[in-house]
Amino acid sequence: MPLFWLVAIVAALAAAGFVLGRQRALASAGGDSRRLHSLPKYYGWNVALTVMTPAFGLLALWLLVQPVWIESSVSGAIPESAIGEGANRSLVMSDVRRIAQGLDLLNRPTVQSESADIDAVAAALRDDLGAVGIAIGSDIQPEIYRAAQSYRAKAGWGHTAMTAAVIIVALGGLALSALVTDKDFRARNTVERGILFILIVAASIAILTTLGIVLSMLFETRNFFQAYPWQEFFFGTNWAPDFRGNSDLAILPLLWGTLYISFIALLVSVPIGLFAAIYLSEYASKPVRSVAKPAIEILAGIPTIVYGLFALITIGPMLRDFFAMPLGLGESSSSVATAGLVMGIMLMPFVSSLSDGIINAVPQSMRDGSYGLGATQSETIRQVIIPAALPGIVGAVLLAASRAIGETMIVVLGAGAAAAQFNRGLGELVNPFEAMTTVTVKIVSQLTGDTDFASPETLVAFALGLTLFVITLGLNVLALWIVRRYREQYE
Amino acid sequence: MTDATAGAAHPAPKPQSLLAPDARTRKRNAAEARFRIYGMVAVGLAVIALVFLLTSIVRNGAGAFFQTFISLEVTLDEAKLDKSGNRDPEEMAKVSTFGYAPLIKDAIQAKIAELGIEIEGLAKPEDLISKEAAAQMRNFVLANPDVVGTTRTFEFLADGRIDGYYKDRVTMESASRDKNVSPEQLQLADALKDAGTLETRFNWNFITWPDASENRPEASGLGVAILGSFYMMIIVLVLALPIGVAASIYLEEFAPKNRITDVIEVNISNLAAVPSIVFGILGLAIFINFAGLPQSAPIVGGLVLTLMTLPTIIIATRASLKAVPPSIREAALGVGASKMQTVFHHVLPLAAPGILTGTIIGLAQALGETAPLLLIGMVAFVREYPAAPPEGFFDPASALPVQVYNWTTRADPAFVERASGAIIVLLIFLLAMNAIAIFLRRRFERRW
Repeated sequence: MPLFWLVAIVAALAAAGFVLGRQRALASAGGDSRRLHSLPKYYGWNVALTVMTPAFGLLALWLLVQPVWIESSVSGAIPESAIGEGANRSLVMSDVRRIAQGLDLLNRPTVQSESADIDAVAAALRDDLGAVGIAIGSDIQPEIYRAAQSYRAKAGWGHTAMTAAVIIVALGGLALSALVTDKDFRARNTVERGILFILIVAASIAILTTLGIVLSMLFETRNFFQAYPWQEFFFGTNWAPDFRGNSDLAILPLLWGTLYISFIALLVSVPIGLFAAIYLSEYASKPVRSVAKPAIEILAGIPTIVYGLFALITIGPMLRDFFAMPLGLGESSSSVATAGLVMGIMLMPFVSSLSDGIINAVPQSMRDGSYGLGATQSETIRQVIIPAALPGIVGAVLLAASRAIGETMIVVLGAGAAAAQFNRGLGELVNPFEAMTTVTVKIVSQLTGDTDFASPETLVAFALGLTLFVITLGLNVLALWIVRRYREQYE
Repeated sequence: MTDATAGAAHPAPKPQSLLAPDARTRKRNAAEARFRIYGMVAVGLAVIALVFLLTSIVRNGAGAFFQTFISLEVTLDEAKLDKSGNRDPEEMAKVSTFGYAPLIKDAIQAKIAELGIEIEGLAKPEDLISKEAAAQMRNFVLANPDVVGTTRTFEFLADGRIDGYYKDRVTMESASRDKNVSPEQLQLADALKDAGTLETRFNWNFITWPDASENRPEASGLGVAILGSFYMMIIVLVLALPIGVAASIYLEEFAPKNRITDVIEVNISNLAAVPSIVFGILGLAIFINFAGLPQSAPIVGGLVLTLMTLPTIIIATRASLKAVPPSIREAALGVGASKMQTVFHHVLPLAAPGILTGTIIGLAQALGETAPLLLIGMVAFVREYPAAPPEGFFDPASALPVQVYNWTTRADPAFVERASGAIIVLLIFLLAMNAIAIFLRRRFERRW
């Protein structure tokens, strides 16, 4: 039975439970709803929720646990001899899964009647699977075939058991809640407790997400450091991945590119964003503000892929033709300057809107005091408002820096794929017209295309991701702490 | 005496009008004016950047909506397409596109002869037509077997280079260096244009067709990408809106002030600032490698984007819940409503416009997000439209921003135009969503 029908059955039971609960409550009160503890619909909801919550909870749990269980039991049953040279258990298991999927598509029976011709069946299977669109790399060995069949059998059995268990739980919930329903039952309180529980579950999804991020990256990073020494990763100076093995995977060259590009981006965005915010909040006339503010907001709503394309087809060639080539500094259109400049444009509205809020939070009395002493507007801004708003502005800059470090599409399209070379001297390292890659670019390039989750060349992406996560998290926490502290001063 | 020396050392200041500023005041005023100009320059730069960005994209991308077509009369020769002559679709399907190509070749040669065009050194006139044309014709014939044996007029896409010639991407000079097109073929194209056989017009196929292979830019479209993005938006809306609203209600209305609540709050504000690529890694590790969901499927993209959008929706929802004045809550509690009834019957409806606006803005962000989708395999080349939901959620699909990235990685410059065109489509969607959000805010938001 497809999952959809199972869900539909539980939902139908819940709907029936709603009607049943409501009627039972009314019947126990002799049809007079005034004698009930709660409004009649709460009795209905109580039954419906008792049907749905445990049933769906069990369903979700089962769907989560069953694959893991089948995987480990089938994988354990494959003899060591069936795993060929150069393969490993997880690769064989992915073949098993695909064969099982193909057998399902072919509607083959799960149980094989004669075990004698299993070799012949397994050999003929490859062509049949090819016909339904599942290509298997090598000939199918009988052991693998048997594993695939047992995988199917277990999956089928698990599915039946799940269906039965979920329906039983739903029916049990229905019976139990219908039994306790009578006119004195505190239905509203029960339902409200149930709703509160659902709300708490929803709120904890944020925690689960963070946990998922950290755990998934920690787990794979551990695998990476088992295959590659961590000293080399953090302190090595060369990035040269090679999928045949023996690669240099050091983070420093990537970190250099990331920080250099982010620095240029901040150099562009902070002064412009800050001055734009000051001008718009202190000087601009109403018509100017009504044009400029939405324009800056539009800039903030443009997806980064658009900026990436802008860097690739407009800014990159422009910088190359007007600056890099005449100055003899390079002839690549993707460069640190391209990515930095475009990222600066992207961050400008971010800095501007954050600083705008911070500048507006400075109390008017401070401005008035300064004007009263005879200061001009710019003197007030420079000597009163900016110092007062400084912690907030620093926080905003840190947030912008964290965004710049984590930005992906602009650098993928605008910064190039070559890692910084520390052995070629300082000149090339600091040349802004040199193509230079970043941490995020390498995460993308190591994880797209054909990936093998056993090789350090793929796993390094998780270590890079974790490093990136830690850096941006640190910056964010610091920035939020500064901003929060500062806000408290004036509130 | 002292007076005299003092007078000599410090000559009495010249009597001066109060209206004429002294040197120091002038300096201060100049500084004031300079400061003002810096501000104006900053705002000006921001506006210029926006205008420059948009014009650059529109200038590069407008061409993608127009395409050059060549209409030709093709004789669908029975001897070539259906040898047995019994119009059996299965047998006709055995004739591959290579069987159709000669018909197009004959048709264009007949056209050249009919118009009396003579160009010296003209080779392979059939290269004017897109390589997609044979497939296009084959599909048409297989769908309508009765047309075999008749002569019909087909509208074929012109080859990408010919199309580029009318969009100033290809010139006579560049054609002489290009092995895919020759100046003679361009002359032929001009002659056909004069005869009205070839024309450049609006191309709906760009919106509806699926992606095409590397050397057929003229036939590539956004159909699969738009559908994929749409599916993901449905998933995000269905998951993120209820979960986000539920989480915000709990945090804003019910959560006790304690350590756990604090942790959740800090968590949410940090999640909002986690780089999007990290969510991609999460999706790859958890949804694909651990849970075994299929790669490139909208369901995985939708789940990842849901997790990314949740903080945005939660922050917006909490702000609009907070904006509902306490007097409303007190009044409801005062007439005997329970806390839960107060929230669901009174506070939530009043906060709904703000929640909706925040949700639309969150969706708009999710629509433009690219990096996480790259990691979960949505860069794959997909030519098949995904099926209708819910099965379609598990079919491979592309997404609008990823399609843009995909096209930028291809060599043919025609794809740059396609990528910019796709951006225009994306920006139109975003503009529409933001306009709806602004409309809702203006129309329904109440200021207390």
